[in-house]
Amino acid sequence: MLEIDKLNLTIGETPILKDISLSIEPGKILGIVGESGSGKSMTALSTMQLLPQGSTTSGSIRFNGRELLNADDELMQDMRGDDIAMIFQEPMTALNPVHTIGDQIAEGMMLHESSNKTAALERTRGLLERVGLPVSRFPLTRYPHELSGGQRQRVMIAMACAQKPELLIADEPTTALDVTLQAQILELLRSLVEEQNMGLILISHDLAVVAEMTDELLVMRNGEVVDRGQTEEILHHTNHPYTAQLAQASTHIPERNQPPVLTHLAREGGLAPLISASQLVRDYPTKRQSLFRAGSPFRAVDHVDVTVYPGQTMGLVGESGCGKSTLARMLLALDEPTSGTIQFKETELTNATSEQLTTARKNIQVVFQDPYSSFNPRHKVERLVAEPLYLESGIAESEKRDRAVAALEEVHLPASALDKYPHQFSGGQRQRIAIARALITRPALIIADEPVSALDVSIRAQVLDLLTELRERLGLAYIFISHDLSVVRALCDEVLVMEAGKIVEHGVASDIFDNPQSDAAKMLVEATPNLERALKNRRTATEK
Amino acid sequence: MTDFLKTALRNKSFATGFVITVIVVLMAVVSFLWTPYDVTDLDIGSKLKSPSWTHWFGTDHFGRDIFSMIMVGARNSIAVALVAVIIGVGFGVPIGCWAAARRGLLDEALMRGNDVIFAFPALLSAVMITAVFGPGAINAIIAIGIFNIPVFARLARGAALSLWPRDFIMAARSAGKSSTRITVEHIVPNMANLLIVQATIAFALGIIQEAGLAYVGLGTQPPLPSWGKMLNEAQTMMSFAPHMAIIPGLAIVITVLGLNLLGDGLRDVLDPRLTRKRD
Amino acid sequence: MLLFLVRKTLWAAATLAVASVLVFAALEIVPGDPAQVMLGINATDEAVSALRQDLGLNKPVLERYFSWVLGMLQGDFGKSYTYSVPVNELVADRVTISLPLALLSLFISTAIAIPVGLYAAARRGSLADTGIMALSQIGIAIPNFWFALLLVYFLAIWLQLVPAGGFPGWEAGFLIALKSLLLPAVSLALPQAAILSRVTRSALLETLGEDYIRTARAKGLSRRATIWKHALRNAMIPVLTILGLQFAYLLAGTIIIENVFYLPGLGRLVFQAISLRDLIVVESVVMMLVATIIVINLMVDLAYLWVDPRLRHRQS
Repeated sequence: MLEIDKLNLTIGETPILKDISLSIEPGKILGIVGESGSGKSMTALSTMQLLPQGSTTSGSIRFNGRELLNADDELMQDMRGDDIAMIFQEPMTALNPVHTIGDQIAEGMMLHESSNKTAALERTRGLLERVGLPVSRFPLTRYPHELSGGQRQRVMIAMACAQKPELLIADEPTTALDVTLQAQILELLRSLVEEQNMGLILISHDLAVVAEMTDELLVMRNGEVVDRGQTEEILHHTNHPYTAQLAQASTHIPERNQPPVLTHLAREGGLAPLISASQLVRDYPTKRQSLFRAGSPFRAVDHVDVTVYPGQTMGLVGESGCGKSTLARMLLALDEPTSGTIQFKETELTNATSEQLTTARKNIQVVFQDPYSSFNPRHKVERLVAEPLYLESGIAESEKRDRAVAALEEVHLPASALDKYPHQFSGGQRQRIAIARALITRPALIIADEPVSALDVSIRAQVLDLLTELRERLGLAYIFISHDLSVVRALCDEVLVMEAGKIVEHGVASDIFDNPQSDAAKMLVEATPNLERALKNRRTATEK
Repeated sequence: MTDFLKTALRNKSFATGFVITVIVVLMAVVSFLWTPYDVTDLDIGSKLKSPSWTHWFGTDHFGRDIFSMIMVGARNSIAVALVAVIIGVGFGVPIGCWAAARRGLLDEALMRGNDVIFAFPALLSAVMITAVFGPGAINAIIAIGIFNIPVFARLARGAALSLWPRDFIMAARSAGKSSTRITVEHIVPNMANLLIVQATIAFALGIIQEAGLAYVGLGTQPPLPSWGKMLNEAQTMMSFAPHMAIIPGLAIVITVLGLNLLGDGLRDVLDPRLTRKRD
Repeated sequence: MLLFLVRKTLWAAATLAVASVLVFAALEIVPGDPAQVMLGINATDEAVSALRQDLGLNKPVLERYFSWVLGMLQGDFGKSYTYSVPVNELVADRVTISLPLALLSLFISTAIAIPVGLYAAARRGSLADTGIMALSQIGIAIPNFWFALLLVYFLAIWLQLVPAGGFPGWEAGFLIALKSLLLPAVSLALPQAAILSRVTRSALLETLGEDYIRTARAKGLSRRATIWKHALRNAMIPVLTILGLQFAYLLAGTIIIENVFYLPGLGRLVFQAISLRDLIVVESVVMMLVATIIVINLMVDLAYLWVDPRLRHRQS
C-alpha cells in the first residue's frame, strides 16, 4: 500500500534522512523505533508532505501506486485525512483551543465527503462513542481545554479515523501520557486497525511499546535505517549490534554489590531513620466555583507517612498528578505542608531555626528531571556545581573550585568541564553535572525527581549505573520518583505507590512488581510496557 | 563586548540601527562643544533661508541655523527619552520581579496599580502635571517615565513568572537562597535580553512622545530648541518655509527608525530561540 | 463566564475609583491655594475667598472628593471658572468632535492594518511581505502630528484638495463635517496602522507554528482554509490587546492632532483651560478621557470572552 524507496531529506544544509526505504500492507502495524534525532518523525512528515520550509527531498514515496513526493497540493489535500491520517505526540497542543471538539472532528467529514453539518455531527457522536468518549458525558460542544490529555488523544484518534483512512501514522501517540492511559490508547489503536483493516505506522522511542504492538519493525539511527524485519525476529535474535544495544539498555538493571536496605531490618537493627514524615497534608486553593461559592481546596497530598533509612533507596511511583512532586517539594523544605511533620534526623523541619534548616538542606539534595532547564544558562559549570556551597558559609573561592572538581570526578567528568557553559554538554552529561551539584555538600539523601525520564535509553542506563555506584561508594540514600516502573524496579529497595495524594501500597520493590496488592499498583504494573514480557507473550501466541 | 558587536553587526537591522543611533548621539554630544552657529543668535537678516552651503538645513523665522538647532534638539530628545526609560526600568522591573516572587495579594495589588497607570497615557499625565505645576521639560520626563513603569513591570513579571518554576530556580532555593538573592542572581540576568530590547523600543517611543508634548507646549520651554517645538513654530510658516517643518520631522523619524531597527536587531541577535526554531 | 464578567466589571470600577482619587489628588497638591493659582497673582483677596467659597474649598477634603465624584456620576462636572458655564455643557460640544475623530481613526487603522498584516503573514518572505514590513517600520517612526503637517502641506497648501483645517460643525451636514475630520483621522490612523499590521503579522505567524495548525493540515485542509478556520481567531487574541492599548493612544493623539487642524475639540479646550489655569475643566476632561480608556479596556476584556473559550467558565 505505502512504499517508500530511497528517501533522502535535507533541511537547509543539514541532511536529515538518508536512503530510507519501507513498505506497509493493510491491516499491519509497522513500528519505527529510534532515539531522539534518529529521523522517525521526519519520515512520517515526509509521507504526509508536511515538512518544514526549506526541505528538499529525493527518492520516492508511493501510496497505492501514486507518487506523493512533491505531489501537487490538491492531490495531497485529498489524501490527507482521507486516505492517510496522522496522530501527533502532544495532545495538549494538537487541538485548536477555540473550536469545539465536535466541530473539529466533523470538519474533516464535511471536507472529504461533502456531507452537511448535521449528518457530520451525527457521525461524530458515533465516533466519539467508539473511542471511549460517550456523548452523554462528552457532548460535542466541549472545548479541548475541558478535557484531560488522554481524552484529547482520543479526540485526535476519532478525528484521524473519521474517514476510515487506509493508513494511519501515529507519532509517539502515548509518550506524553501516563502508562495506564498509554495501555488504553494502544489497545484502542490496535482494535481500530483490526476493525478497519488499516495500516498503522507506530513511531516510538520505547522498544517495549513496539514489541507489544507491531508486526514489523524498523530501527533508525541518525537518519538511517539500521535494522529491519519481523518484530519478533529482530528483537529475539538481535543480530544487529545497535538493536541489541537498544534492547539491552531498555531492560538494563544496574549491578548491585550490597544487599538492599529494608525497613523492617533497619528497624530491628535499631537504625534511626534519616528522614521521617508523618501525616503530611498539602492543600491548594482552587478557582472559585461561582460568584458566591469558593472552590473547595484541592488536597494534593493526603496524610502521607514516609520513612527513609540511611543508605536506603525508596521508590515513589504513581500517575501524574498523584502528588509525588508536591511530596518531594515538602521533603526538600521548598513547600510548607498544610499539616503534619517532617523530621530529618533529630530536627523537626516544619519549625526549624534557619541554622537547623541549613544543616538539613546540606544533607538533602535534589536532582531534577529535565537536564535542559535545571541550570541557569548564563552561568559556567563551576558556579552551577558550587551553588549549594552557599549553605556552607565562609568557603574560599579556591576551595569551592577544588570541591567542584572533586564532585565532577565523582560523576566521571573531567575538571576541564568547570569553565564551560551547560549548553556545551549533551543531555546525559548535563544530568551528570546535576548529580555533581547534588553531591557537593556531601549529602546523606538525594531526592531524584524523574532523573532519567528525559533521556534516551542508552544514556538512561549509564545514569542509572552511576546512581547505583554512588550509592554504594558514598552510602547515599535516595528517594527516587518516577512514573516508569522498570526504572524503579532496577534501582529501588522499597517502593511507595501513590494515588490521589495517598500512599496506597508500600513494600519491597520486587514484591510489589511481582505481586501487587492495591488496584493502583496492579494497574501500573499491568500497563507498564515490558520488553521481556512482550516477547514472551508473542512467543506463546505463535506457538499456539 | 567587542565580540558581541562583531557578531551583532552582521545582522543588517542591528548594523543600520547602530550606525544611526551612534550618529544621533554623536551629534548631541558634539553640540555641547561646537555647533555651526550659536542657536541663541538671532539673525533676522538671514531668516527663512532654504537649505544652502552656508546653512545646510536653512534658517528659521528668527534666522537661527536649523542644523545647529537639530544638533542641540537631539540632546533634549535623548535626555528626556533616556531618563524616562530609566524611570520605567528602575521602578517597573523591581515591581514586576517583586510581584512575581511574592504572588498572591501583593501581586494582584501591584498589577491592578499598573492597570490604573495604563489608563493615563503620557499626554494626559503631562496635561495634569502642567496644569498644576506649569510647563517644563521635567513634566515630559515624568509623564513619559510614569507610563513606562507598567510597561516594564508587566514584562518583568511575565518573564519572572515563567522563570520561577524552572528547575534551576528550585535548585537555588534548595541551596537556601532567599527570593531576593535568587531574583538578583538568576531571574534578572535571564530576562536581561527582553529588557534591553524593550528599553530600545521604549526609548524610540519616548522620543516621539517627547516631540508630541513639546509640540503642544507641554515639554521643553524656550530658549532651548527641541524638535517638537521646532515643528510647532514651523506650522504657521508651512506655505513659504516648508523646510522648517520637514527637517525636524525627518530628524525624529530617522532617530526613531534607527532605535527601532536597533531593537529588532538586538531581538534577533540576543534570542537564540529564533535561530534554533523548528529543529 | 458570569464570574469573569462580574470580576472584570468590578475591577474596572475599582480602577476608575483609584484613577479618580489620583486626578483629584493632583489638584490637591497644587502648590499654594488653587483659587489663587486660578485667579493669578494679581487677584484681590476678596476675589480669591469668593472663588474658594464657590469651589467649596473650605470644606474638608473627603467631603469635596465625594461631592465631586457624586456630581460626576450624575453628569455634573462642576462649573468652569473662566467660561462661567457648567463644564458638561462645554464638554458636550467638544466631545462630538473628539470622539468621532478617535473612532474614525481607529476604524481606518484597523481596516488597513489587519488585512495588510494577514496578507504579509500569509506570504511570508515574499517581495510584498518585505515591502509591507519596510513601510510599516518607517510608519512606526513617524509622529502623527508631523504626518498631519505633511498632509496639510501637500494636500491642502500645494494641491489645495482639502481645507487646511477647521470644523464646519455637524449642522453643516454629515458628509461635510466628516470630510473635515478625514485628514486628521488619516494622520492619526496610519502610524497606528503600521504598528497594528506588524502585530497582526507576527500573531498570525506565531499561530501558524502551533501544533493544531499541523493537525488541520493533516486533516486535509488547504493552507488558505487552515488560516481562515484555525489560525485567524487564535491570532486575534494578541491583536485585541494591542487594539485596546491603541485606543488610549488615539484618544491622547486626538488632543494633539486637533491642534494641527484647528479643530475645536477636547484638545483645544484642555490647552485653553491650561493657559487660563481653569483647573476644574482640566480635571474634568482628564477624568472623562481616563474613564473612556478604562471602559474601552473593559470592552476588550469582554471581547476576549467571545474569542477565547478558555476564559468562559464551564457551566457545570
